[in-house]
Amino acid sequence: MVAADQGIGARVLRKEDDRYMRGRGQYVGDIRLPGMREVAFLRSPLAHARIKSVRIPSALRDRVFIADDLAGVAPIRADTALPGFKSSVQPVLASAKVRYVGELVAMCIAPTRAEAEDVAAEIELDLEELPAVHEMLAARAPGSALVHEHWDDNLYLTTEIDVDFASVAAKAAASVTRELRTSRQAMSPLEGRGVVAHWDTRLDQLVVYSSTQQPHIVRTGLAECLGIDEGQVRVIAPDVGGGFGYKGILLPEELALSWATRKLGLPLKWLEDRRECLINGADCREHHYILTAYADSDGRLLALDCEASVDSGAYSAYPFSACLEAGQIGSILPGLYDFPHYRCRTYSVATNKPPILPYRGVARTGVCFALEVTLDALARKLGKEPTELRFASLVRPEQMPFDNITKRHFDSGDYPEALRRASDAIGLERVRERQRTPEPDGRLIGIGFAMYTEQAGHGTSVYASWGIPFVPGHEQCQARFTPDGGLELRIGAHSHGQGLETTLSQVAHSILGVPHERIKLVHGDTAQTPYSTGTWGSRCMIMSGGAVAAACDQLADRVKRIGAKLLQADPEDVRLEGGEVAGPTGRISVGEIARTWYRRPQDLPADVEPGGLEVTAGYKAKRDTGTFSYAAHAAVVAVDPDTGELEILDYVIVEDGGVLVNPMIVDGQIWGGAAQGIGTALYEEMPYDSRGQPLASTLSDYILPGPTEVPDIRILHMETPSPYTRFGQKGLGEGGAIAPPAAITNAVNDALEGSGAELLVSPITPRRIFQAIAEAPGAAR
Amino acid sequence: MKAVAFDYARPRTVGGAIRLLSEKPDAKILAGGQTLGPMLNLRLAQPSLLVDITRIAELAEVEEAPDSVTLGATITHAAVEDGRVPDPARGLLQLVANGIAYRAVRTRGTIGGSLAHADPSADWLSCFTALEATVVIAGPFGRRYVPIMEFMRGALDTGLEHDELLVAIKVPKLSTRARYGYHKICRKTGEFAEAIGVAVDDPGLGIVRLVAGSTQGRPIVVDGIERLEAAADCIEAKLLAAGLGDDAYELSIHVAAVKRAIAGALAA
Repeated sequence: MVAADQGIGARVLRKEDDRYMRGRGQYVGDIRLPGMREVAFLRSPLAHARIKSVRIPSALRDRVFIADDLAGVAPIRADTALPGFKSSVQPVLASAKVRYVGELVAMCIAPTRAEAEDVAAEIELDLEELPAVHEMLAARAPGSALVHEHWDDNLYLTTEIDVDFASVAAKAAASVTRELRTSRQAMSPLEGRGVVAHWDTRLDQLVVYSSTQQPHIVRTGLAECLGIDEGQVRVIAPDVGGGFGYKGILLPEELALSWATRKLGLPLKWLEDRRECLINGADCREHHYILTAYADSDGRLLALDCEASVDSGAYSAYPFSACLEAGQIGSILPGLYDFPHYRCRTYSVATNKPPILPYRGVARTGVCFALEVTLDALARKLGKEPTELRFASLVRPEQMPFDNITKRHFDSGDYPEALRRASDAIGLERVRERQRTPEPDGRLIGIGFAMYTEQAGHGTSVYASWGIPFVPGHEQCQARFTPDGGLELRIGAHSHGQGLETTLSQVAHSILGVPHERIKLVHGDTAQTPYSTGTWGSRCMIMSGGAVAAACDQLADRVKRIGAKLLQADPEDVRLEGGEVAGPTGRISVGEIARTWYRRPQDLPADVEPGGLEVTAGYKAKRDTGTFSYAAHAAVVAVDPDTGELEILDYVIVEDGGVLVNPMIVDGQIWGGAAQGIGTALYEEMPYDSRGQPLASTLSDYILPGPTEVPDIRILHMETPSPYTRFGQKGLGEGGAIAPPAAITNAVNDALEGSGAELLVSPITPRRIFQAIAEAPGAAR
Repeated sequence: MKAVAFDYARPRTVGGAIRLLSEKPDAKILAGGQTLGPMLNLRLAQPSLLVDITRIAELAEVEEAPDSVTLGATITHAAVEDGRVPDPARGLLQLVANGIAYRAVRTRGTIGGSLAHADPSADWLSCFTALEATVVIAGPFGRRYVPIMEFMRGALDTGLEHDELLVAIKVPKLSTRARYGYHKICRKTGEFAEAIGVAVDDPGLGIVRLVAGSTQGRPIVVDGIERLEAAADCIEAKLLAAGLGDDAYELSIHVAAVKRAIAGALAA
């Protein structure tokens, strides 16, 4: 049957790839408007300084705009409702002070980007340098320079969770404490950010093309900051070359261009270049942990005690705020384990670095690293196999659904089984056997595991208490038939690599039987789609998928009623299957029914639903606490102790993402995520000097994994349906990026066990491995 | 970022190029553009004139003599990799070329450009140091021949004057009895090397040459080696003596690179 072959669960080839692979995508950089000028920004060369003056040559005065020019433009504020939160005010163009290298100071406009950069080079910026707050632990210490001088410290927010922690000490037979760090990274989508803005005088409307994941949120933010009606703003996200969280933000650049295009009456374009992406886009992943794990004499986890800091940068980014990462750490640190005592204190620290953004996996990549590396240390201390230590404390399938120690509601799954399968697939026993004999080439072999859960599609009940600039509610889809029987689906989220043009088509196909080539997903344009908080939190397959299904259900009902009339059958006696309404007397195609609605209304039943073949339907999960996909990652590595070189010999992922809508796309998501996770684990790092200067400004300094650095990863699936979503699907877009740093580090630490060396800082570079060995208690050198 | 505006000239002769360079002291020579291109776009280089030398026929020529091969400066890494020019080192140049950056870079990048830029981590510098090649330089007053060890003074520093052009590299031929090994350690495929090791053992010419490259400055020639078989054990001491001891990791990876090059030569 057609539906089974092409609907939910089928490996349908991605519809969008035809244009992507032929170079026919349309990105912001492809947009050319008559009379368009280009923008280059003069950015702060210092991390922290008072602006004494900005001198613009008079001949260039009409081509340069600075903070004083932007009358009526409000700064960006992303506050939270969390008690004790300190608010930052992010000016569109810096006035008074600059707070990170790359912060916008002046907007320069010229016919070409090169000329705009020439203009920028003529501006004299007189800065009085202030001590840079470049390291989050120092920033927390009393006496540190202040990023925001009206605060009395550098803390956006401190949170504390304590679940009966005080009573643990008496019971614990063993404990380990580790200090761990993950380095600051620059998310590196193939396409950087970009904005084209113009003012449509006919509609009296600002039109902004932006490479964004959240066109509706950007629209709201632009209207608020510019002080114009939301109806006067249209945001279009055309093809977007990767998001990962990098484009889940209201940009000062968007505001600057929006203001200036109206002022000048000219279309304006700004395209981020890779240098900008690396310097002012180094905005994620920087965490620090001091974590203690307690166990009883059987190796069962009794408690975690954690102090976590997140380098949250200079401003609270809109809409996710400066506290999303640190705030989440407290609630997700317990991982997939069941234990009775817990304490976690978190600090969201302001520094002179770019504002932190949530990157694929959000806080989980750091949390998984901290927890899983510490658990392996505990296993070594107890003389236990790391898998055995985990089996003793993983939430068991018969406990599902399970409310964990921080009230996270795990919806379904079999965590121990995932670990068992990963252990079998990677061959734990064989690796242990191999380790008994020294390798001929002198390298050391190690095996490591790491697990996580990925909460996805979480909604109102989770976000309402945060009080950040948006709270996700229901998600809508507009679905309509065209007169020739085609189906249009309009959603407010955006697809930029996730394959939604295909997977949502599969959802519609499962319900309506319309062939894929006749289904068109419309997305990325606030003028054409229902409101949505956009694409983030692995929510689209749950939320947009649910909305598409809800809309298609309603269309199915209407189609059946019209079809029944045309077949002269009772509506109760007809079925919709294979794109046709079938009744006792015959069959009629959905296309024919659509033609009847639009072009032969005289044939419609008298009591036909006057809304026709066009509906807007909404969706919210039965429980909006989110789905929890999860995985066990397993890595085998070889480490050269002389050079610190590391080779990943084998890598296995056992993933449970609930019912898979398109297993091929899921595999792609996991591989892509794992490649980024390997970047975090081994390569990506933006170092800063003591003046807050970023030290990697090109891709020869900031190393991204390439095809030869990513091993052939084996993926095994489990499919435990979520009880709360339409098809049992779970969100899983981020998981691949979460566990690799933990799994690979555990494998390295396993390889180095004989020397006593431990790696506790990511990325684990050859130099760090070499130094860990050199400094280890059992160091030979 | 985009480059500052510049003039562009494409002379057909070496003399024409040198005249242009003489007239504009801040002119830059453009060959493959694999380093200069990014430098221009980052505005680290802001020349008023680019002199494109890729249409000077002489610079793409190969001159074969009984004991050497002279390779024109604009011969690309890819041409060497593909065997489109003779390899006086009996396959070593081909091996080295094959590992330079990525194919796209090799297609445009030139031997002369790499040498003239004198980045210590560049492959050709270490390779030609091991082979004791000679750089051929043309200037307003004729040509001069400079041993590669004298040509490079330090990182990004050569003896080239602003009105001189590196026209070729003259590479001695190895004998049929030669063995060699080349190894570089880098963070990922195609990245600049963190350490390079070259080993050339040619009983026919009576030379054993070991080179540690990708240092802070010129490649280090490990001297006093008589037999390759016995060389590995003394490398660490030699590199320490040569001044590589400031950083234990740097020392260790350079030792490893040279040892692996030796192992490669011994296995040949």
